[in-house]
Amino acid sequence: MNITDTNSSENRIDMIEKTEVKTVSLFSINMKNFLGNRLAVIASLIVIFAVIVSIFSSFFAPHDPNKTDLFLRLQPPAWMDGGEWSHPLGADHLGRDILSRIVYGTRVSIIVGFSVIFIATAVGILTGLMAGYLKGKFDLVISTIVDILLGFPYLIFAIALMAVMGPGFQNIILALVYKEWVIPCRVVRGETLAVKEIEYVEAAQALGASTFHIMLKEILPNILSPVIVVATTRMATVIILESSLSFLGLGVQPPMASWGNMVADGREFMLEAWWVSTFSGIAILILVLSMNIASLSLRDAFDPRFSES
Amino acid sequence: MLGDQHVTPEMEQALREDMGLDLPIHERYFKFLSNASKGNFGRSFFHRRPVMEVILERLPATIELTLCAMVMAMVISIPLGVLSAVKKGTLYDKTSVVTAMTGVSMPGFWFGIILIIIFAINLQWLPVSGRSVFALRVPSITGMLLIDTLLAGRMDSFMDAVKHLILPTITLGMAMGATLMQVTRASMMEVLKQDYILFAEAKGLKRTRVTFFHALKNALIPTVTVAAIQTGQLLGGNMIIETIFGWPGVGSLVVRAIFSRDYPLVQAAVLIYVLIYVIMNFVADLLYTVLNPKVRI
Repeated sequence: MNITDTNSSENRIDMIEKTEVKTVSLFSINMKNFLGNRLAVIASLIVIFAVIVSIFSSFFAPHDPNKTDLFLRLQPPAWMDGGEWSHPLGADHLGRDILSRIVYGTRVSIIVGFSVIFIATAVGILTGLMAGYLKGKFDLVISTIVDILLGFPYLIFAIALMAVMGPGFQNIILALVYKEWVIPCRVVRGETLAVKEIEYVEAAQALGASTFHIMLKEILPNILSPVIVVATTRMATVIILESSLSFLGLGVQPPMASWGNMVADGREFMLEAWWVSTFSGIAILILVLSMNIASLSLRDAFDPRFSES
Repeated sequence: MLGDQHVTPEMEQALREDMGLDLPIHERYFKFLSNASKGNFGRSFFHRRPVMEVILERLPATIELTLCAMVMAMVISIPLGVLSAVKKGTLYDKTSVVTAMTGVSMPGFWFGIILIIIFAINLQWLPVSGRSVFALRVPSITGMLLIDTLLAGRMDSFMDAVKHLILPTITLGMAMGATLMQVTRASMMEVLKQDYILFAEAKGLKRTRVTFFHALKNALIPTVTVAAIQTGQLLGGNMIIETIFGWPGVGSLVVRAIFSRDYPLVQAAVLIYVLIYVIMNFVADLLYTVLNPKVRI
């Protein structure tokens, strides 16, 4: 009786191991779903291209973005009367090449987008994990701060902070991080509260694992996918916020090129030179739209709770 | 510093006392709190009048614009969202989903400028900015021009106010409408899967009747809540669009106040914005319980 029992259980283990060899990982299934969505692939390629452009701006830009040449003042795009192919998208009111400024503006948008999301997500994960797992006073403090910050409309908060701190590249990142970390923090806290009741966390506790180990090694890996989804979705919003602040003159300061302040530059010359505002706005639209499409498809592919069909 | 030599210590002291800067910081803070709770935010450095007075003067313009944008967004986005959910998966649905996503991704300040370039500068159909032509002004009663002009019985002024409203309303309503359409579509799709819809269809009711009377009533719950929250955000968030169109509302006032370092005004405006935002969130919660009795405690 005993012998046959152990035999059969060994067999079962064998079978499990064999079937496991054949199964495909969840990640590769999700990845396959994602790659099957043509629109999503195109959108991700555009985002990747923008990242490459932002790294090698000097290679992609035909001219120095800050070189002024008053002979080229408000020169129209190449296909219009008076345009030249050396300045394909024309020049602005100081004779600076618009295409080059858009290329360098990519750098600002991408750096602000990525660093704000990176810092905010890191802070959000830490605070959210601690609040969700430790509970008690720490949770109370964090949750109260989160609730207060959620009460502020985003743009007002950022504008007020920028007004106090003064404009500038670092300040814009800081101003956005101060509010942005709340969003990953809430997600992480909620997920942690759910995950910490699952048996494997209990098992780790019973084995005497340290709090630190449980939070980082047991809980974090299992809540990472919603966090990544939220981070990618938020990046588009952050880029729009940066350009809005720069548009108001509270963000990146001239002469540094940012898509937002390029649109603002063109505002004064709307009557005679529509191209100054138009192209940088199209750049924002393309990047943000691609990010939105890519992140939504990522969400649909990786988070089964959100899939529509 | 420029102008230092013209200020005597006595003048400086008098100004400090006038602005309450001679008190220690904690006293100043409690003074601010107690005054603010009575609606007194001090005097604006720039306008040299009580801050509340300046803001209240401008509030009707902001409310008028926000309400118009809200109405436009709802009127357009809800039917489109319903249609998109009913025709799920068709070319129409895909087009409208991509359009809505474009609407969400479009920066408002750019869209507004493009509208100005096309409709105000090239076609010259609509005014570039502002709220009304000076010659057609009517005495202010409610502060909302659409109502005031009608009360005064001036059709020409009314049409002028409408013309000035069109572009800012479209700009503001677009982003809002795009979000509302996405929400309506998602919740409508959820509702159409329910058993009672199948039952209503099995009874032999017409498809349009089932869609618009049975399903829409329930599908609108999230839309209405999102719309209320968005109105709160917009009342505080349209500073950019007000600035572009030279709309004399609170938003453009605050932007100018930030640049002229008019701190009492900025302080008061931010506080009022947050208050409106919190109230609108509360209204959203209330609406939710009214529309969906299941969540009532």
